[in-house]
Amino acid sequence: MLRDRIKTALAALSPLEITETDHAKKGYDLDVQVSPDQVPAAAEAIRQEEFFIEAVTGVDWFGEQAAIVAEAAKVKAAAAKKAAAAAAAAAEAGGEAVPPAPAPEAPAEEAELLPDVMEVVYDFSHYQENCRVVVRTRVPRDNPELPTISSIFQGANWHERETHDFFGIRFLGHPDLTPLLLPEDADFHPLLKDFKA
Amino acid sequence: MSEMACDKHKETFVLNMGPQHPATHGVLRVKLVMDGEYIVEAEPVLGYIHRMHEKMGENRTWAQFMPNMGRLDYLGALSYNHGYAAAVERAAGIAVPERAEYIRVMTVELNRISSHLLWMGAYLLDLGGFTPLLYAFDDREKILDMLERVTGSRLTYCYFRFGGLYNDVDDQFLAEAKGFVARLRSRLPMYHTLVTKNVILMQRLKGIGVIDADMCRRYGVTGPVARGSGLNYDVRKNEPYSVYPQFDFDVPVYTEGDSMARYMVRMDEIEQSLRIVEQAIDGLPDGPVMAEKVPKIVKPPKGDYYHAVEAARGSFGVRLVSNGTNTPYRMKLRSPTYSNLSLLAEVAKGVTVADAVAFMGSLDLVIPEIDR
Repeated sequence: MLRDRIKTALAALSPLEITETDHAKKGYDLDVQVSPDQVPAAAEAIRQEEFFIEAVTGVDWFGEQAAIVAEAAKVKAAAAKKAAAAAAAAAEAGGEAVPPAPAPEAPAEEAELLPDVMEVVYDFSHYQENCRVVVRTRVPRDNPELPTISSIFQGANWHERETHDFFGIRFLGHPDLTPLLLPEDADFHPLLKDFKA
Repeated sequence: MSEMACDKHKETFVLNMGPQHPATHGVLRVKLVMDGEYIVEAEPVLGYIHRMHEKMGENRTWAQFMPNMGRLDYLGALSYNHGYAAAVERAAGIAVPERAEYIRVMTVELNRISSHLLWMGAYLLDLGGFTPLLYAFDDREKILDMLERVTGSRLTYCYFRFGGLYNDVDDQFLAEAKGFVARLRSRLPMYHTLVTKNVILMQRLKGIGVIDADMCRRYGVTGPVARGSGLNYDVRKNEPYSVYPQFDFDVPVYTEGDSMARYMVRMDEIEQSLRIVEQAIDGLPDGPVMAEKVPKIVKPPKGDYYHAVEAARGSFGVRLVSNGTNTPYRMKLRSPTYSNLSLLAEVAKGVTVADAVAFMGSLDLVIPEIDR
């Protein structure tokens, strides 16, 4: 089956993650997470199975890392509070004096905050079989660069130009990254989450 | 011919086609490097009516984005309604009553017919035939009148809701639709004798703008353009959605890959859509047109979702990213003619301007959908 064949072919590239998904729930069959430099190899493997390119786009995960840290801190605080409450309850049961609540921890993890990323998403589909493959990769938000696939799928040319327009993601080796949909002198990227008109 | 046209030593000049040009059907500009009558290079310049619909999707609720769906492909807006509604329904896990899906299919197919009729009229106008436009608009007008009664608008439909429809259809609509199926069926042979067998048309279309299956794959071409290149690909069959599996219809495929093949695909599709409309009217079940338990504020669970539908021009896909709130996090709209037009530069090399017009018309371009 095509789905198994393409999964084997992509797994041979040792991607970061490869999962089969439920088409009825998600709308695609295979979700492949690769590193940016693996993208052309993945596209080539997909081309050899005669897939066609649907689209290339980006997702800006601005603030994702801060949210992860905040979430972790929240979980930690909740756990600490729970432990304190349990200790207080135990102390109360034992008839001892309640110890003072521990001072809230200073946010020492600030320094560990990882830089935010942008995701580049490639959608592929097939003319004969019902099989959709999604390839994703993550590039650092402050230096979004990855190789182009426009020499493998010529249709990617415009999709990558559009992604550059909207997100400022640079596709190395792309023949012409000038604005396609935005004005020719555009120096802004409207789909960035911190873009203000 | 093409050898001469591509000779770099010859003197070339730049010809601007558009952005205001009757044959580009909207504000599309094509920069042509010409060697006499022949095109050396063609570069489409897009974005004249770019409105950043994808950003608009990020600053309003899921339901508030629905009216935007009428403003992408304004000739086949109901397919876009369908694609977006189905994508959000998939994400939020909303089941749609069968009667609503039947009416969706019925109206989408009527819309597809009206789109193909307008394309035919406008395309033949590009090629210098004025009369067919009047016939096509006569038939198309009937569809617009019918759809106006149930949807409330003639062109920029916003008829579908998450979980169903804004409005049920009545007996008058069903009777009119049935009458229309019979009417158009009786007129299609006339179209073919009036237009299809015309020797001038054949000479302008046959062998012009040949696209092979491999080129379709490299550029991601879908819809009638792909089916004119021998690819039996129709989202309604290949990735069945809604109630399409319950209907009996064929996917017209032509292998020539030229403009004539694309013309024939669309003409045959009108017939197939009539079959679907007829079956949908006959089999229309009773029941509600809106699911009962649709939350007032839709909040799809975290994650990303994709849904494709077969619009009049090809595969229209919606890629949603939800972060679990009442606003989409990312809304990618994959429009078919964007991909279909991207091969222009490759195909137009070495052809004359007149043939390029015949080729571009056969792609059935709708610019607001390309620019979004």
